Amino acid sequence: MFDSITLGQYYQTDSVLHRLDPRVKLVGTFVYLISLFVVDSYVGYIVAALFLAAMIFLSNVPFRYIVRGMKTIVFLLLITVCFNLFLTPGEVIWQAWIFKITKEGLTFAIKMAVRLSLLILGSSIMTLTTTPTQLTDALESLLRPLKKLHVPVHEISMMMSIALRFIPILMEETDKIMKAQIARGADFESKNLIKKIKSMVPLLVPLFISAFRRANDLAMAMEARCYRGGEGRTKMKPLVYKANDRIAYLVLLAFAVVCILTRIYF
Amino acid sequence: MGIKVDDISFLYERGTAMQVTALDHVSAEIPDNQFIGLIGHTGSGKSTFVQTLNGLLKVTSGHIYYNGEDIDGDKFDKKKLRSDVGLVFQYPEHQLFEVDVISDVMFGPRNLGLSDAEAKKRALEALESVRMPKSLYKSSPFDLSGGQKRRAAIAGVLAMRPKILILDEPTAGLDPKGRDEILGLIAGMKKELNMTIILVSHSMDDVARYVDRIMVMGGGKLLYDDEPVKVFRHVTELEELGLAAPQITYIMKLLKERGLDVSSDALTVEEAAAEIMAHRRELHV
Ligand SMILES: Nc1ncnc2c1ncn2[C@@H]1O[C@H](COP(=O)(O)OP(=O)(O)O)[C@@H](O)[C@H]1O
Ligand SMILES: [Mg+2]
Repeated sequence: MFDSITLGQYYQTDSVLHRLDPRVKLVGTFVYLISLFVVDSYVGYIVAALFLAAMIFLSNVPFRYIVRGMKTIVFLLLITVCFNLFLTPGEVIWQAWIFKITKEGLTFAIKMAVRLSLLILGSSIMTLTTTPTQLTDALESLLRPLKKLHVPVHEISMMMSIALRFIPILMEETDKIMKAQIARGADFESKNLIKKIKSMVPLLVPLFISAFRRANDLAMAMEARCYRGGEGRTKMKPLVYKANDRIAYLVLLAFAVVCILTRIYF
Repeated sequence: MGIKVDDISFLYERGTAMQVTALDHVSAEIPDNQFIGLIGHTGSGKSTFVQTLNGLLKVTSGHIYYNGEDIDGDKFDKKKLRSDVGLVFQYPEHQLFEVDVISDVMFGPRNLGLSDAEAKKRALEALESVRMPKSLYKSSPFDLSGGQKRRAAIAGVLAMRPKILILDEPTAGLDPKGRDEILGLIAGMKKELNMTIILVSHSMDDVARYVDRIMVMGGGKLLYDDEPVKVFRHVTELEELGLAAPQITYIMKLLKERGLDVSSDALTVEEAAAEIMAHRRELHV
């Protein structure tokens, strides 16, 4: 039932990207996202798109799978494009009734669409190749300097990893409860808005109860294993940079430099 | 009439690296008024199989016919199928949501478009069938004990008056007393209500004494489909699947190996006792 929500869900396979240190991927995604706002020319976008294509190729995730996940946000993308297309003032090139398209609007809309697509694809490449646990480990490790400022880095990352961990569980649970209620004749596909909202009750009540029960169980299990926060806690798999990770940082640096150059020269 | 399953397969996560073949070319017939035990190790595809039977999962290949009609056909009424083929999920108590027990049981009949009076009538009948104490009809379903919750949830499906009732591991997570209660209840319902019941379980001891027929699943395939006595003759193969014959079957087998000429087909302690008594002359006591 949730086949369409593959956007950014970890895809299990073996690839260079999967084996990379999660910190590299986190920093890489960050650099990539910023670079998308640095570049402002078609050449720049081509560079960014090529870089993304290379990453997709390296990730070993089937392109079909990535695109299927994109479907969920096409709507969002369309709205953004329409707003830009119709509401940007400038030189009018087409007009009908109250709608008019301007030259500036057109360029802006295209750029926006490209930028947003690259942005979403870029960040989903990270989550497709990195497990939530690795990701929060990386975050904790990268944010460690903030501990000096009394930011509860460990607690934040623990909360994040629990939240992320529970997404698939709750999704599975939703699927199960939904099926059980459909078996009792519930109709979740009604077009009528009021009926639709009412039909959510048999789904949401059991879901919340189950979420609270799980939270309670988890808290109990953590306490039973003497969890006391991050103080003095060691890791089973400490993050260590390897040769590949250093190369990856160099590639990233090169990419960032090229992006800045396209901004200056094009 | 009933359900005819024709060579169905089901894949989860089709086309990804996580693809799982949960059902692998299964064929079977489910007639009216039969008590069937569906047995298999965890992950053998039991739950997947029963969910295809009422159209909750659409088969990847093959066909399922209900009363002769293909359930994936264009004109087929799935809602009718879901009321005729009632499915009680594993841990059904997790689906309770209403303010009181009786309203929760009325949820199914109401979805069938019945009037409140008719829905209530069916709910009362169903609650009676599961032996729910009258004093609890108006309590919150969340205040019930584990076994009571489960009975309320079973009543919720029963109230739709299915012709075929499927129970997916109805004894999971219950203590021995609760387990016997639920199993006794189901056997009683079978006698009272004249419907087909499919009882899904991973324990032979649970089903052996009640059912007319046993279907054994392993690795997504239907391996045996026969009368209990005949299925239990394959003790060795069953053990390789991580299943076991009822304990009494082992005792009879051992007696036989030690030279007592009893039949090893007994399924219950009573049958075994009768069989042994019939051969007591051979015993040197
Ligand atoms: N929602 C799902 N997504 C992916 N795989 C699943 C899902 N549900 C079950 N499976 C897999 O399908 C196989 C059969 O599962 P299931 O029908 O639940 O078996 P059983 O009920 O006999 O324990 C198992 O290998 C299981 O891991
Ligand atoms: Mg199961």
